[in-house]
Amino acid sequence: MKKKLTTVDFCGTKEQEEKLVAVIAELKDTKGAMMPILQKAQEIYGYLPVEVMRIIAAHTGKSLEEIFGIATFYSQFALNPKGKVSIAVCLGTACYVKGSGDIYNKVGEELGLVGGGTTSDGKFSLEATRCIGACGLAPVLTVNEQVYGRLTTADIKGILDQYR
Amino acid sequence: MKSLAELVLIKEKMKDQIIPSAGSDEIRVVVGLATCGIAAGARPVLSTLLEGVEKADLGDKVSVTQTGCIGICQYEPVVEVYEPGKDKITYVKMTAEKAARVVEEHLKGGKVVTEYTIGNNLVGQAEKKDNAPDSLNDVIFYEKQTRVALRNCGVINPEVIDEYIARDGYAALAKVLTEMTPDEVIDTVLASGLRGRGGAGFPTGKKWQLARNLVKDGGKKYVCCNADEGDPGAFMDRSVLEGDPHAVLEAMAIAGYAIGADEGYIYVRAEYPIAIHRLEIALNQARQYGLLGKDIFGTGFNFDISLRFGAGAFVCGEETSLMTSIEGKRGEPRPRPPFPAVKGLFDRPTILNNVETYANIAQIILKGADWFASMGTEKSKGTKVFALGGKITNTGLVEIPMGTPLREVIEVIGGGIPHGKKFKAAQTGGPSGGCIPAHLIDTPIDYDNLLAIGSMMGSGGLIVMDEDNCMVDIARFFLDFTVDESCGKCTPCRVGTKRMLEILDKIIAGKGELEDIDRLEELANYIKSASLCGLGQTAPNPVISTLRYFRDEYIAHVVDKKCPAGVCKSLLRYSIDKEKCIGCGMCAKNCPADAISKTDYTAPGHKLPSLAIDAAKCVKCGVCMQNCKFGAVEKK
Repeated sequence: MKKKLTTVDFCGTKEQEEKLVAVIAELKDTKGAMMPILQKAQEIYGYLPVEVMRIIAAHTGKSLEEIFGIATFYSQFALNPKGKVSIAVCLGTACYVKGSGDIYNKVGEELGLVGGGTTSDGKFSLEATRCIGACGLAPVLTVNEQVYGRLTTADIKGILDQYR
Repeated sequence: MKSLAELVLIKEKMKDQIIPSAGSDEIRVVVGLATCGIAAGARPVLSTLLEGVEKADLGDKVSVTQTGCIGICQYEPVVEVYEPGKDKITYVKMTAEKAARVVEEHLKGGKVVTEYTIGNNLVGQAEKKDNAPDSLNDVIFYEKQTRVALRNCGVINPEVIDEYIARDGYAALAKVLTEMTPDEVIDTVLASGLRGRGGAGFPTGKKWQLARNLVKDGGKKYVCCNADEGDPGAFMDRSVLEGDPHAVLEAMAIAGYAIGADEGYIYVRAEYPIAIHRLEIALNQARQYGLLGKDIFGTGFNFDISLRFGAGAFVCGEETSLMTSIEGKRGEPRPRPPFPAVKGLFDRPTILNNVETYANIAQIILKGADWFASMGTEKSKGTKVFALGGKITNTGLVEIPMGTPLREVIEVIGGGIPHGKKFKAAQTGGPSGGCIPAHLIDTPIDYDNLLAIGSMMGSGGLIVMDEDNCMVDIARFFLDFTVDESCGKCTPCRVGTKRMLEILDKIIAGKGELEDIDRLEELANYIKSASLCGLGQTAPNPVISTLRYFRDEYIAHVVDKKCPAGVCKSLLRYSIDKEKCIGCGMCAKNCPADAISKTDYTAPGHKLPSLAIDAAKCVKCGVCMQNCKFGAVEKK
């Protein structure tokens, strides 16, 4: 999937940068350290904007291009920040055959986020995920780690209203 | 730990604690705390049990602990009670309130709360039976299974190494290091007939043999574990990691001894936080006990394991991509040869096995190759774990001997299709596999049979589909997945799958022509033969296999512009049967598009005029159908 660069302003702090630099120093001698570094960086900042990749490039000696190439290759690296209320609809096979495609569309319609994305106020974000392993509860969606299972499209508004 | 004697000591000490033997007066209560149990609310159940036992002052008699996946997803949260000398009791769909009652009446009062046991809560069973089984052991779903890879899942506490040791844990590693040569280990694995459980089915012993013998320069070798379970709809590996992580660590150490490696990597999906957490605990405990690290059992053998996390790339389940990813790069595949046995991780000889494959190893060493080879078919030995899902009564994890007919899995173990619907097909192998249609339901499941009918074993996802599933739509679903996950390195996969998806979209939109079906087949064959790695080579399989068995459905979409299963929206029409409609207006009230209005016809016997749908306004959302209590709304 093509990744869009973010339009949200970067607001990383000095503490975050210090943390990141410490992580890089710790992993310096590990073979194949770039993945763990990016994963830690995303833990620290919540996402991987270009500014963060520049810090990593400066401290690892790798080129920004190479780092950008890795960050865009893996779907879990986010170039965009997540919404405060982060919704993920499982489109794994078991959920899909039980109608999670309709659930995804319904959430998108309710939030004005058809096809996923983050609302301009940064409050809600919607994404489709692969199987989250709750196939016995299909179809499922998660809101900030809370799992809602055995859904019908009629349940969606009620769930979203709890977070509005 | 420096000696075997210490291992035996722990085993003796723990023996009665896992399954209390007759004569002891201890009761053990376990709560299934794998991902699905937690999602269903198992944590409050566990805490209620813990508090309840403490309050009732039962602490020295009753132990309450967590365990991994018991395997019956839709009955979660599950609580099991082991009493000395008795069959275990299985409580299902538990809540904190129910747990409190179990403490009061069962743990304190000694009386089973039959109302909550599995036999009285079976899915699809309308009324209570007098002699319903209280134990999962007596339920047909479980009775028909053979547990080898899952033997500890749902039994032991995965976060306590002593419980693993109590169940013969690390005894195989001890045996290998003290009694066997590396070649004997490899010969045992070869003789067992174990084949890779990741899906392709390459003989595991052969893989180890190549890695041991092809390069003998005394340099580094690596043992890797593929825990990047990417097939959407499969969760066997997750369950093993969450329920029995030490089984994987022990097997990797055995593999290290066999091929001459001292370093291992587990590449696990970042989407499995609980599995990662338990692996980390297990690694630390094993190191503390000296079962990983330097000079294991005082034999001079060194072995340690590092964890690496995936980042959501399906292609990284492919062996060369996985290794490239561990190296910290874009997870793109490399051409083979050279095979990983010669040049793998960091350009050194490497073996990569799947989680479930490793979960079998210790058992093979302890019980012998003949025991393992006695299960299964001629060319597929042992058992296979399937994640049974989709339109099936009993969803969950099932482990069956190879060669079990699909019919038994679906109709007996799975309990058949819910709501009286008809079985249409089973999908195995995920985006790389194909479907098994109803007329082949008696096929015995093994590697070669599944390949012969155009599907594949895959890692073990088994998704059941009924008459309401459209096979063109399913093929499109999988292709959409591969297009998204294609790494882009080779053209046949990157461009070819995209073109196939476009053709499928065209067919689903009702704009297909007959030639499109031929184009699909032609493209599929090119992609299969010309792609660089397993992802591309198998990507067309869902289309090829649905074309093979459900060609008439494609033709219905293309020629008649109809979706027989009523799934593809562009080809659907909702209408109201005016004779059945009682005119209540529930459909019109709920219609988001105001497409339903009254007609001037009143059916005989009804008081109100029936309604009709304006096809031009209808958005085909199906809400009217969901809201009609009289079955008057039809879709065609």
